[in-house]
Amino acid sequence: MNGIPILTLLTVLPLVGAAIALLSGRHARVVALTTTLSSLALALVVWTRLPANGSIGLVELHQWAPTLGIEYHLGVDGLGALMLVLSAIVTLMSVDAAHRVHHQPGLYFGLVLLLEAGLFGSFTALNFFHWFLFWELCLIPAFFLIKLWGGARRGPAATQFFVYTMAGSVALLVAFLAVFVATGSMDFPHLTLLASTGELEQMITAHLGPVTLWLAIGVLAGFAVKVPMIPFHTWLPAAYAEAPSPVTMLLTGAMSKMGVYGLLRIAIPLFGAQIAQIRTPLLVLAVATVVMGAWAAAVQKDLKRVFAYMSVNHLGYCLVGIFALAVPVAVGDKGALASQSAALNGVILQMFNHGVTAAALFWFVAIMQFRTGGHRGIDDFGGLRKPAPVLAGLMGIALFSSLGLPGLNGFPGEFLIFRGTFPLAWVAATVSVLGLLVTAAVILTVIQKVFSGPVPERCVGFPDLHHGERMALAPVIGLMLLVGILPQLIVASVNPTVQNLLAHWRF
Amino acid sequence: MLAWTIYLSFAGTLVLALLPKGRPALARWLALAVAVAGLGLAVQGFVAGMGQGRITIVDLPWVPSMGVHFLLAADGISRVLVLLTGLAAVAGVLFSWNIELRTNEFFAFFLALIGGVYGVFLSFDLFLLFVFYEVAIVPKYFLIAIWGSTRREYAAMKLALYSFVGSAMVLIGLLAAYATAGSHSTGLVELAHAGLPVSFQMWCFPLVFTGFAILAGMWPFHTWAPTGHVAAPTAASMLLAGVVMKLGAYGCLRVGIALFPYGLDPWGFSFAGLGSWRDVFAVLAVVGIVYGALVALVQTDFKFVIGYSSVSHMGFVLLGLMTLNQIGVTGAVLQMFSHGIIAGLLFAIVGRIVYDRTHTRQFAELETMHLSKRLPFAAWAFVIAGMASMGLPGFSGFVAELQVLVGAWKVNPWWVAAAAVGIVVGVAYTWRALQKAFFSDALPAAHILEQEQAHKFAAITWPEVTGVVLLGGVSLAVGLYPRILLETIEPAVKALLAGGGQ
Repeated sequence: MNGIPILTLLTVLPLVGAAIALLSGRHARVVALTTTLSSLALALVVWTRLPANGSIGLVELHQWAPTLGIEYHLGVDGLGALMLVLSAIVTLMSVDAAHRVHHQPGLYFGLVLLLEAGLFGSFTALNFFHWFLFWELCLIPAFFLIKLWGGARRGPAATQFFVYTMAGSVALLVAFLAVFVATGSMDFPHLTLLASTGELEQMITAHLGPVTLWLAIGVLAGFAVKVPMIPFHTWLPAAYAEAPSPVTMLLTGAMSKMGVYGLLRIAIPLFGAQIAQIRTPLLVLAVATVVMGAWAAAVQKDLKRVFAYMSVNHLGYCLVGIFALAVPVAVGDKGALASQSAALNGVILQMFNHGVTAAALFWFVAIMQFRTGGHRGIDDFGGLRKPAPVLAGLMGIALFSSLGLPGLNGFPGEFLIFRGTFPLAWVAATVSVLGLLVTAAVILTVIQKVFSGPVPERCVGFPDLHHGERMALAPVIGLMLLVGILPQLIVASVNPTVQNLLAHWRF
Repeated sequence: MLAWTIYLSFAGTLVLALLPKGRPALARWLALAVAVAGLGLAVQGFVAGMGQGRITIVDLPWVPSMGVHFLLAADGISRVLVLLTGLAAVAGVLFSWNIELRTNEFFAFFLALIGGVYGVFLSFDLFLLFVFYEVAIVPKYFLIAIWGSTRREYAAMKLALYSFVGSAMVLIGLLAAYATAGSHSTGLVELAHAGLPVSFQMWCFPLVFTGFAILAGMWPFHTWAPTGHVAAPTAASMLLAGVVMKLGAYGCLRVGIALFPYGLDPWGFSFAGLGSWRDVFAVLAVVGIVYGALVALVQTDFKFVIGYSSVSHMGFVLLGLMTLNQIGVTGAVLQMFSHGIIAGLLFAIVGRIVYDRTHTRQFAELETMHLSKRLPFAAWAFVIAGMASMGLPGFSGFVAELQVLVGAWKVNPWWVAAAAVGIVVGVAYTWRALQKAFFSDALPAAHILEQEQAHKFAAITWPEVTGVVLLGGVSLAVGLYPRILLETIEPAVKALLAGGGQ
């Protein structure tokens, strides 16, 4: 089985699916379901075939355009494989949730599958050109999914989303151009190796002068828009709110992870030392993302905007963890190393858990919208516990997972991030706890207003989840419980990768 | 074999001119047959030439007393541009399928223009090159003046005058070079090895380079391009932007840089931060990139957006040439190919697929038409062409511009910074045009049905689909696998930079 280019297959599969979906009109959803299910199966196969030592496996390497440093170089480690599994799960959930696309279903599901291909491509690429191709490829379907199927103010939302991300991409591109001019390589592992010995900075300084810090900032800016980090987040609430809910699931569940992944695969390995230099301002921004995201969620009345800002808040923890661990550690300082590795494990777990939980929350919003003819304000609902106990119960679990309740999947990631961050940056960790408190308040408010109290007229006779919905949601809720109780399922494969990454990073 | 591209095209012109009138279908099929045969020859020549250097095709004495030869040859650069011409010719015929006015003459002029372009790319004798270069001017004048639209006489005259001024500058320079060299040969290779004095090259280079660069749309001599492109009938816009502008850029490289390499050396003093002709032209190129993009951003006419975008994209070609390094010049040649394909596709969508149905190019009117619903094929074709034009990875433009930028970075990072601004604006104007023309929500969707009943657009025809698939497919293929072209371009550029005319 070693000869089979499984990662290429994984990326090609949704592309083929997209072409078939485009041509199959009303039956496109069946095609999309089949494709996403097979993709998930294939992603799980990848997950089981990782090298035990945490290094990059399943490598495919071919010549592409040698004079430009472009190679067809694919491979995954625990981080990449986990993101593949997550993308596959979230896309499957999104297709599941989108059961009422009346308007051009062929195009809709074609674009969703194209987006999935973009995600797979960007999580497996090990060469800048290849990676950038898929990074940009994701943008196009996402834009049109918002633009053509979105809510009332979709036009400006789609444009804002596109312009912000494009501006970030140009910053990335210029920075990588500089790296290529200095080193003649676009290969991530090769550049990581150069950076780990400090050669990368020397080469850049020799060719271009002392600009390494600026290049680091350019790369960071590109990813900061995608995650997003305050103050680059302003595109997000409009895009998340205006996109149809299944598309929002993709945006928050999978696409936001491209930004965090980029920080871990590209920014930190190549520019760790520069990031360590500006660690304090970055930590300030990361903590601001956590706290202000939570506060903003607290004052929203639209459920989609509440969850949108909670996504900002949750990914803020990833940023806090990443920037907190960006400190030089003395050789043999076991304590600091343990903190770093806890934080990084936490960040990667948090990426996965936020993806599943946030996608589930937007799914529930879609269900509620459908049952009430498009209502999604917090005050539009009340007492749903009575007419729809199953919905209330399952959504309650998802909300508590988002809150970070022990026993559910949200907890281990956040716990590990705090465990790692306290020794490395105690001020940042302490202030971030504020965000945790506000989030708890927000979620409890949502639960109280939506599920308890008097039942408003529009919610009388609110139908509970029907059989099909229960069957579709059960595995997702099951996954939340499973990872909450046995985080080891993921950590066991991620931890070797964490050790391997930390060993190659130089701050 | 490649020489037959020229002969076939001119033979096609002759036959079409003699064909009895009133048989438009026959004229179309004949033109298509000639164009496809030309493309076939170009592909054959390209494949056969892989891994080889310059191949002489024909070498006959022509005016022995002056040392003029009928010398046709092809190196990697020529072969790639001949391939481009073949593709543009086929696509041009396909997108002219609905021409009903004087069809025979239209395709006769069209093939004459194509023949002239093939001739320029294959000439290795200066005199011969110049003859073909002039031959190409005449048909494009008539194509615009007879079959054009907006202010066609003005545009045709402007274009012809600019071309002739440019040619005159080139001619003076070439005559001076011939006289100075005293080698009694007009062969490009002989002249390059003639050892022209440095002081001579210093004044002759800018003359010849500017003369050619006018046709490449170099700022501030670009103004013929947008008006000409807009006034021209679709196939002529495609050829003008697609290949005729490349004639200028090709001349800059093959004649300007190859014959007068010392013309690019530093002057020894610096004026306003510019220390050589190379700096001067690079700055003009960068200004063109940014200026073209900014002007495209504020146009109200769809076709003008594409017209100005050509100025911007050709700026990348000129910037690449001025890097004088392997990667930058390779990028410039690739950009010539890439822009030829993409600009052709854009003009085809705007001028043929959209305009021939809506009869307007004003955004204000297009915004009310719901074209994404009523002409979905046009909308998605423009999405793909627009992505290619804004230089998204996966399309030919990305690889080309990337190489130009890498090459420029090695010379002067400020050029790159300015060009990057141009790229950002490029994304903006393409996206603005896309939104305004196809995806606007200016009128509520309820009007669509009313509009459909009031005026139904003609269905998309097979030549349109074929043309879009051909051009879009080539751009994607080159973008995903640039080695196809790079392996042919790179050795030729290396030889050219190393040894004058090789």
